[in-house]
Amino acid sequence: MTDEPIRRRNFLKGAGAAGTAAAAALTGGLAARAETAAPAAPATAPASAAPQAAAPEPPLTLTATEAAFLTAAVDMLIPADGLSPAASDCGVVVFIDRQLAGAWGNGARLYRDGPFLKGKPEHGYQLALTPREFFRVGIAEANDWSRKTYGKEFDGLGAGDREAALRAMEAGKAEFAGLPSKDFFDALLTITMEGFFADPIYGGNRGMAGWKMVGYPGLPAVYSDAIEKYRGKVFRPPPQSIADFS
Amino acid sequence: MVTTLKEVDAVVIGVGWTGSILARELTKAGLSVVGLERGARRVPAEDFALPSIRDDLKYAVRQELFQDTQTETVSMRHNASETALPIRRLGAFLPGVGLGGAGTHWNGLTWRLLPSDHVLKSHLTQRYGRNAVPAEMTIADFGVSYDELEPYYDRFEKLCGTSGKAGNLRGEKIDGGNVFEGPRQNEYPNKPLVETEAGAIFEAAAKSLGYHTFPAPASNASAPYTNPEGVTLGGCVYCGHCERFGCEANAKASPNSTLMPVLLAEPKFELRTHAYVKELVYDRHARKVKAVRYVDTRTGEEFDQPAGLVILGAYTFNNTLLMLVSKIGAPYDPKTGKGAVGKNYCYQVGGGVQVFTEDKEINPFMATGAGGMNIDDFNGDNFDHAGLGFFGGAWIQCSPSNGRPILTRAVPPGTPRWGAKWKEATAKWYNHSFYINASCANYAHRENYLDLDPIYRDALGRPLIRMTYNFHENDYKISAYLTDVAVKIAKAMNPTMIGPPQARRGDFSVVPYQSTHNTGGTMMGSDPRTSVVNRYLQSWDASNLFVMGASVFPQNASYNPTGAVGALAYWSAHWITTTYLKSPGPMVHA
Repeated sequence: MTDEPIRRRNFLKGAGAAGTAAAAALTGGLAARAETAAPAAPATAPASAAPQAAAPEPPLTLTATEAAFLTAAVDMLIPADGLSPAASDCGVVVFIDRQLAGAWGNGARLYRDGPFLKGKPEHGYQLALTPREFFRVGIAEANDWSRKTYGKEFDGLGAGDREAALRAMEAGKAEFAGLPSKDFFDALLTITMEGFFADPIYGGNRGMAGWKMVGYPGLPAVYSDAIEKYRGKVFRPPPQSIADFS
Repeated sequence: MVTTLKEVDAVVIGVGWTGSILARELTKAGLSVVGLERGARRVPAEDFALPSIRDDLKYAVRQELFQDTQTETVSMRHNASETALPIRRLGAFLPGVGLGGAGTHWNGLTWRLLPSDHVLKSHLTQRYGRNAVPAEMTIADFGVSYDELEPYYDRFEKLCGTSGKAGNLRGEKIDGGNVFEGPRQNEYPNKPLVETEAGAIFEAAAKSLGYHTFPAPASNASAPYTNPEGVTLGGCVYCGHCERFGCEANAKASPNSTLMPVLLAEPKFELRTHAYVKELVYDRHARKVKAVRYVDTRTGEEFDQPAGLVILGAYTFNNTLLMLVSKIGAPYDPKTGKGAVGKNYCYQVGGGVQVFTEDKEINPFMATGAGGMNIDDFNGDNFDHAGLGFFGGAWIQCSPSNGRPILTRAVPPGTPRWGAKWKEATAKWYNHSFYINASCANYAHRENYLDLDPIYRDALGRPLIRMTYNFHENDYKISAYLTDVAVKIAKAMNPTMIGPPQARRGDFSVVPYQSTHNTGGTMMGSDPRTSVVNRYLQSWDASNLFVMGASVFPQNASYNPTGAVGALAYWSAHWITTTYLKSPGPMVHA
């Protein structure tokens, strides 16, 4: 278990190249060169290099504490390695911020009439909280639990404790007051994956890092000829996003 | 205050597949028709255009084209002793909203039910004995046979430009088509879609076991096609964005791509969008619907639209809701078995297995909603059920419909859900994995039904539809049996590994997506005591009311319902225009 402290990362920096340095420090070796690389990384740069430097992103709704928690958490869920940069360097925290600030985050397409009764798991989500409120409560609970358990907020923990803390939440063993820690973890994991794999127009999947990792070509997805020509064969064109056609 | 409008010949409630078909057929017969659609107008060239229509987050995940639960949802409980809770966010099923309805975001699978599916109760009784069907299995005959419906299946396929290969042409069995299907008078309008790699792997494995593979009947045109309405569909581009999306290539048949161009140009048709039908104004003594009451959701104003003929063509849940809130027909009571509105609600039961095959490039993103290969050897009563302890079966399908990575990225069993090992497995297996799906039938059970929720209400102040629903012994047994078959086929592929078999266990959950094949609630039949509409889809209790859609199914076959929904709409339209209009009144005397 590694317990060396990881410095609390600045959400604003996390959007740019400086974030990569922290990711490199975390994983060591592979990404180290990116620290000194020019903002526009050369084509031969390892996959973990930040796709490109981006202007700082002022948060729409997240507080500094929430952003610090999410940056630390999503980078454990999707760490930097040879396959991709860390989630926050792919813009996943920016994605979460925008999602929570927008219509979905504020309860669009969520039936919110009471009474709010406790259901079985098969009834799905039954809380009165919007996703924005849910994450506000969940992050506060996670940090409270982290303080009680480790003496520090989550983003102040070393990598080993961060991992153990997330595993405790995933298993529902972290005791939260407002909502089950397992539900919070599941929501966190879901929105992290959305941010990593959604079209980059939403602020995540920067440089299409998620798509490159799996080999998803993105747009335009017109395969009238390719479907026969490439049946059973490797098909890996550089991916394109909605923005490339707009 | 309710404003009463000028009477029209006919009102169509819901402008999806059935509403569009009925509106077209009735205007052709000379009637003035008003279409009431609760959602917005949709113009494919605008609303389904590249590049935005490829937005996986917006359409597939944030549910852009689906019913908004803030306006209307369904509550669920597993049995009558529980309090139902509302489905706050859609998951298990995804009803549509807006012009075209769920016909906009479907996958395009266009099946004809098996001949035995149409006469299920009689067929099973005849083959397995009078007492073979358990009392709690409240299955019934449709009241219309396959042979009667055949010309209307044909019409719907021609409307849609369905791609496929006949397996039974006028009684002659044809290898490579579905040899279990009922006799067809005509070949499909379009040749089958191009086979995918996963489909080819499945085909070889299933054939090695002696099964009969065939390409799915797909309303994704394999080539440009002009339908009998004179509307031209484009050829499918295999973009992997069928389910949950509109089609920018106009290759996927939808009300928008097949009928709307002629319907919207028809002077006798008037489309009113944002017209949310609240109830049917029912005259119990005259046994007729006098008017349709709706809210203009742009202004909040309420209107009564009187009409000689009323077509109820909303989704399964809304059809049942409107019958119940309008007090047309007797609500079903599971204790006594009496009453029919809400009875025989059915769904679909899943099963199958994930395959991982290291040395094969699957390219799952090159796909259609309805491509791939299938077998019907274990569907319906195509195999002997004597001694099996269940009835029904499944069509087994290997048809990866997409590689959109927010939702589609299987990893081998035992892989962590996050972290470096998750990344490694996801990157390794994304292009080397696919699912074999067994879409199992769901036969009616006495305890599964729809009624009005006593607690929760929708945006119009009406009770939500309450679903009392769970899987029962027959469902678990079908799924176990069919999953075994899927595993056997998977093993015949010599894969690197397979995932855990997905035989259905446990209670019904509203959370993971399973299927939008919700059926029943206004079932058709030949007895007014046990059905809501007669064989012409005419209400037993209101002779000028006809109910369309899968809500009339007495039970759900294994197949996707849209083919039968379209055929029944044409069937009903035929009898309305040729018989009912000449002498309005009950077409079947009880």
